[in-house]
Amino acid sequence: MDLSIFGYQFMQNAILSAFLGGIACGTIGVFVVLMHMPFIGVCMAHAAFAGALLGLWLGFNPLIGAFTFSLLAAAVIGPLADRGELNPETSVGVIFSLMLGLAFLFMGLMSGTKSGALELLWGSILTNTRGDIVLLGIIAAVVVGVVFAFYKEFQATIFHRDMALSVGIPSALILYGILFLTGATITASLRSIGGLLIFSLILNPAAAAYQLTYSMKRMFFLSATFGVLSGWIGLLFSYLFNIPSGATIVIISSVIFMLATIFSPKKKVKDLKVGSLPEAES
Amino acid sequence: MSDTIIDIERAVVSFREDVALRGVSLKVSSGEFVGIVGPNGAGKTTLLTVVNGLGKLLSGQVRVLGHTLKSGNGHALRKKVGYVPQLENIDPRMPINVHEVVMIGRYGLLGPLKRPGKTDWKIVDEMLELVGMTQLKNRPIGHLSGGEQQRVAIARCLAQEPEILLLDEPTASLDFRAQREILELVKLIHNLRHLTSLFVTHDLTTLPTICNRLVLMKKGLIWGDGSPEKILTDLNLSRLYDIPVSEVKRKREEIIPV
Repeated sequence: MDLSIFGYQFMQNAILSAFLGGIACGTIGVFVVLMHMPFIGVCMAHAAFAGALLGLWLGFNPLIGAFTFSLLAAAVIGPLADRGELNPETSVGVIFSLMLGLAFLFMGLMSGTKSGALELLWGSILTNTRGDIVLLGIIAAVVVGVVFAFYKEFQATIFHRDMALSVGIPSALILYGILFLTGATITASLRSIGGLLIFSLILNPAAAAYQLTYSMKRMFFLSATFGVLSGWIGLLFSYLFNIPSGATIVIISSVIFMLATIFSPKKKVKDLKVGSLPEAES
Repeated sequence: MSDTIIDIERAVVSFREDVALRGVSLKVSSGEFVGIVGPNGAGKTTLLTVVNGLGKLLSGQVRVLGHTLKSGNGHALRKKVGYVPQLENIDPRMPINVHEVVMIGRYGLLGPLKRPGKTDWKIVDEMLELVGMTQLKNRPIGHLSGGEQQRVAIARCLAQEPEILLLDEPTASLDFRAQREILELVKLIHNLRHLTSLFVTHDLTTLPTICNRLVLMKKGLIWGDGSPEKILTDLNLSRLYDIPVSEVKRKREEIIPV
């Protein structure tokens, strides 16, 4: 196997991007999984995609458009989640379809080549620049730093929002903080993984970690590790079999989730021999 | 009264189109154990959320432990008020154990950027001992039975070192034995700590005997307030639950006091 490719600058950039993006997405994913908001994350990812396309169409930085749009989506969805609506999915679904509609509208209005738009759809980690890496690095450091600094507030809010509030933790502020970090992570990873695929890299590593541990700290660690592994193994396979990198990364993350589910200790039923069961007293 | 620590005046609270409290006034003195009784939808839970600042007032005034509640200023007050919400289903795979859940009670007191220290863990261990849950402290919280989860919730409140304890239907959806055990625990804690307590229930058979005052609620209003002996007349109960007096008499025989 010729691995000299890993000596090239663009491949090193991709490896570093996968590392930083994996950590940021894996960490954010823990919130998405434990707070039961996967659909909110999908909606924010598509909003980011629409915003980036608006930027491309009107000629400003797509990442600014992405960040603004995903925060706008969060500003609409946040109050729904915060109020504890029984079924926020319907409203989220409406916003989700609106974002998808806007994305394709902006794409249709664009003149000339659409390759830039398509890259934002499924990502191109191999063309990441130093600037992309610096942005991913900043976001990964902020996400990990904030989780570390406010771990106990996050833990209480994840467990039970009203209960966290009742002991004096501003859980609404924490929730909006989580949505803000989610928007930032999606924006920073958009060019590498793509608007359609980014959400899998947020959800799958955390969902896999969720299958394997009863410790929240370990779940954060495992999820970030799975995020990085998805990126690295995905890159390797994409190179070896000459297949698109974003798609391969996402498929690897799904395989890790499937393996975690199969080997999950949370699914096991304790072995009981029929004879060992106590008889009911008569 | 100088030792009034909860003072609610004409509180009105509304959720969407429903008015949950229609001008409720209530004064509670330090160390009182008040039972709040009434049918479902009477506004009992809302009354508790007004006391810990979670409920939003449309009009009226609430003073608790010297704080006048306005929207957004409740965090300082909440640290002094322990709240046991109604039992909810907890995801059995939730990665948090009993020990950690009780520690959450200390988080508000600790404040941001501070980690729990040895003293905090010692207090948590003492509270788990008090509620008889020490042997289960490393279990994931979602693996516990309803009664055990309520004990953990009570331990969490006590770890908060509160001045007021709010219990919202702590025995609802528990089996008979677990109900009795929780009531015994509530009684033990009150005798030990003399915390001012509000105990909400829709079921008169689950009122602890230490309850020295009863408030009857229906349709967002207070219908009666006084000692249990005076207030629990057949006529009052018949009106409160909209059932005939004969039915009240029959039900009364089923009550087994703790």
